[in-house]
Amino acid sequence: MLKDITLGQYFPGDTIVHRLDPRTKLILVVVYIIALFQAKGWVSYAAVTLATALCMILSHIRPKNIFKGLKPMLFIIVLTALLNIFYTEGREIIPGWHMTWEGLARSVQMILRIVLLITGTFLLTYTTSPIALTDGLEMLLSPLKKIKVPVHEMTLMMSMALRFIPTLIEETDKIMSAQKARGADFETGRLIDRAKALLPILVPLFVSAFRRADELAVAMESRCYHGGEGRTRMKTLHFAAHDWIALILGALFLTGLFVMKHYGI
Amino acid sequence: MAEIKVEGLRHVYSAGTPFEKVAIEDVSLTIPQGQLVGVIGHTGSGKSTFIQHLNALLQPTSGKVLVGGRDINENKFTRRDVKWEVGIVFQYPEYQLFEETVYRDIAFGPRNMKLPEDEIDRRVREAARFAQVGEELFERSPLELSGGQKRRIAIAGVIALRPGVLILDEPTAGLDPAGCRQILDNICSYHKESGSTVIIVSHNMDDTARIAERIIAFDHGRVAMDGTPEQVFSEPEKLIAMGLDVPKATALAMALKGAGVPLDGSIYTHGQLLRAVLRAKEAATC
Amino acid sequence: MSIISFKQVHFTYPGDELESLCGVDLEIDEGSFVAVLGHNGSGKSTLAKHMNAILTPDSGSVVVDGIDSREEDKVFEIRRRVGMVFQNPDNQLVANVVEDDVAFAPENLGVPSAEIRERVDEALKQVGMYEYRTHAPHLLSGGQKQRVAIAGVIAMRPKIIVLDEPTAMLDPQGRHEVISTVTRLCREGGMTVVLITHHMEECIGADKLVVMSNGYIKAAGKPSEIFSDVEMMAREGLAVPETTKLLYELRHCGYDLPLGELDEKNCAAAIAAAKKQ
Repeated sequence: MLKDITLGQYFPGDTIVHRLDPRTKLILVVVYIIALFQAKGWVSYAAVTLATALCMILSHIRPKNIFKGLKPMLFIIVLTALLNIFYTEGREIIPGWHMTWEGLARSVQMILRIVLLITGTFLLTYTTSPIALTDGLEMLLSPLKKIKVPVHEMTLMMSMALRFIPTLIEETDKIMSAQKARGADFETGRLIDRAKALLPILVPLFVSAFRRADELAVAMESRCYHGGEGRTRMKTLHFAAHDWIALILGALFLTGLFVMKHYGI
Repeated sequence: MAEIKVEGLRHVYSAGTPFEKVAIEDVSLTIPQGQLVGVIGHTGSGKSTFIQHLNALLQPTSGKVLVGGRDINENKFTRRDVKWEVGIVFQYPEYQLFEETVYRDIAFGPRNMKLPEDEIDRRVREAARFAQVGEELFERSPLELSGGQKRRIAIAGVIALRPGVLILDEPTAGLDPAGCRQILDNICSYHKESGSTVIIVSHNMDDTARIAERIIAFDHGRVAMDGTPEQVFSEPEKLIAMGLDVPKATALAMALKGAGVPLDGSIYTHGQLLRAVLRAKEAATC
Repeated sequence: MSIISFKQVHFTYPGDELESLCGVDLEIDEGSFVAVLGHNGSGKSTLAKHMNAILTPDSGSVVVDGIDSREEDKVFEIRRRVGMVFQNPDNQLVANVVEDDVAFAPENLGVPSAEIRERVDEALKQVGMYEYRTHAPHLLSGGQKQRVAIAGVIAMRPKIIVLDEPTAMLDPQGRHEVISTVTRLCREGGMTVVLITHHMEECIGADKLVVMSNGYIKAAGKPSEIFSDVEMMAREGLAVPETTKLLYELRHCGYDLPLGELDEKNCAAAIAAAKKQ
């Protein structure tokens, strides 16, 4: 059944990585991405890979889960690798073939970069609940409220979307069954027929989404919702000592990579 | 002829995963053509899973479903054709309405059957009459009508398939008493006039007791009771133990017996209760 | 002492021709359990929405705990006093963790964090959902979701809780869970409860039963009195409890019986003792 799909991919746990403030983790992920794009030589790549591996071990996330997440990206990874092998100028591996040593090196680095990028962001979503993530995002972005960016509204939208995804999936399931019982066919026919066959699902789904939105708005008003102003939070975020340590380590790591870049290693 | 025969039916959800759950097990029964059957059971008892097997929306993990003597899961053609023979009206069916007009929505099923236009028209009008959807509503948008009307339009959309078996999952859920009564009356007269088999899944024991010829009770994925209302409601304690309600008349009869009024027979309608009480009181005064 | 008071309330939805409320007068006593019974379109939901200023009267007045609902700057003062629970449990839960949802209203009210925690735990315990505080709402049963919704409004510490057909979409078990929860809130917690419903069984335990039809209040009083007026109930197309129905018919057959025994046990005892006149 559709509703059995696990969403958000959060693996609850009580490791040091789980306990870090979501803001720390968000900042560190940004630092990590910058660092990754600074990496030029093999030494830098080795440093980033090592750091990633360390975080993985600390967070008790099994490599299996990371690889599962990488699967959908496999096509892109292979494609970039191939393009790089064939379209980089340099010494040919086999004379006459347009495959170069430089290309090979570049494609290995490319693969590493994509895999590390995905792994890093997975570590964030695997160890941080969606709610903590949106809370962290709202607090990090709150200075933008001064220039009239609706940060609270945006993050509220995100968390409500997370809340309603399973509900809407379940609803889609029901509507599909109902239309199938009336002989709707979603599996055969030409592409255009199949696209048309979606109408009996999409229309009721939209109608119901609007009705839900309407009722939800009244329910929220009844619970005294009036925007972000004057709101407090039950779960406040606190920077602890380990957050500061993590941030300092992140800063040192980034500096290190800049230095490596300077020396071209 | 659309006799339903279910043999050793078993269904397991998410088999082979940590979420594995046996929904129904060891279900064997026969429903002859033309019967009006009430299916009862608390939420999660397997009754919804059961009915979705009857038109191949779900495939059995093991066991067989035969409609009119034919295994409906034989191949993908039998799985498709059984949709015309066994129509299911799901809970809150008004959420499936999508066409611009009432007429076109009712015509959706027949059109999927690739029937000629005049046959479609005939069926739409017939189905609308059964479900008491007035023809003056045909050109209206289904979305702007009342809850009860929408529900009846959705039911008409399934009746228009002219199924030999009509299954309704909680057809009165969420309606007020007047709306409930109207829907149930429509279903009863449809059953009488068309001679189709009708299967109603319901939590409402009073409705089920009033209209069903046969009652099948599910509990923990198995058939716990199967018989006439008279047989099933003669053991109210068993129903209560299964976490089900009993008809109000049955509950009051139990209280009366507890208070020392000797009532005889199986009581599940108000009329039966009144007659039994009067009999008991007359006997006491003699 | 009445905590909500309707005086000659008229209301018409914009674009409608017919009035939805046609001069409603109603007093709701503090700490009482009031049930409002009526068909769809009888105006009972419109009545409910006037109790927390989601709607305000076209003419006449609604006064909640001394505040007139037309005073626009006091809207939130009214809403924090009147918790509203709606029909569809899915469409009133906003967060994807139970306790975060319950915290929503106190967060809106600007309650300090530590106190929110206290209120949330207390509210969840009151509805018996404390063990589920870290669950995702979409994995709960209908009755459980509705109890979370109730916790979500009692975390505002309201004086009144209004439930607009809270059981219409629930199975019998869920219905029972919700009704026994609100009954307990009223009887043990001293909260004023207004229950809007079309299930007459749910009204039997109320202090006051209000019957609505076409925007009018047809009758208001003790459930035993209202249900005893079997002819009026039949005219309104509403069902009466099995007990009342049986007593009514036995009286017609010449037995000396009171009509007001709604409880099955008392009714049975009365019938057992009844003599023909």
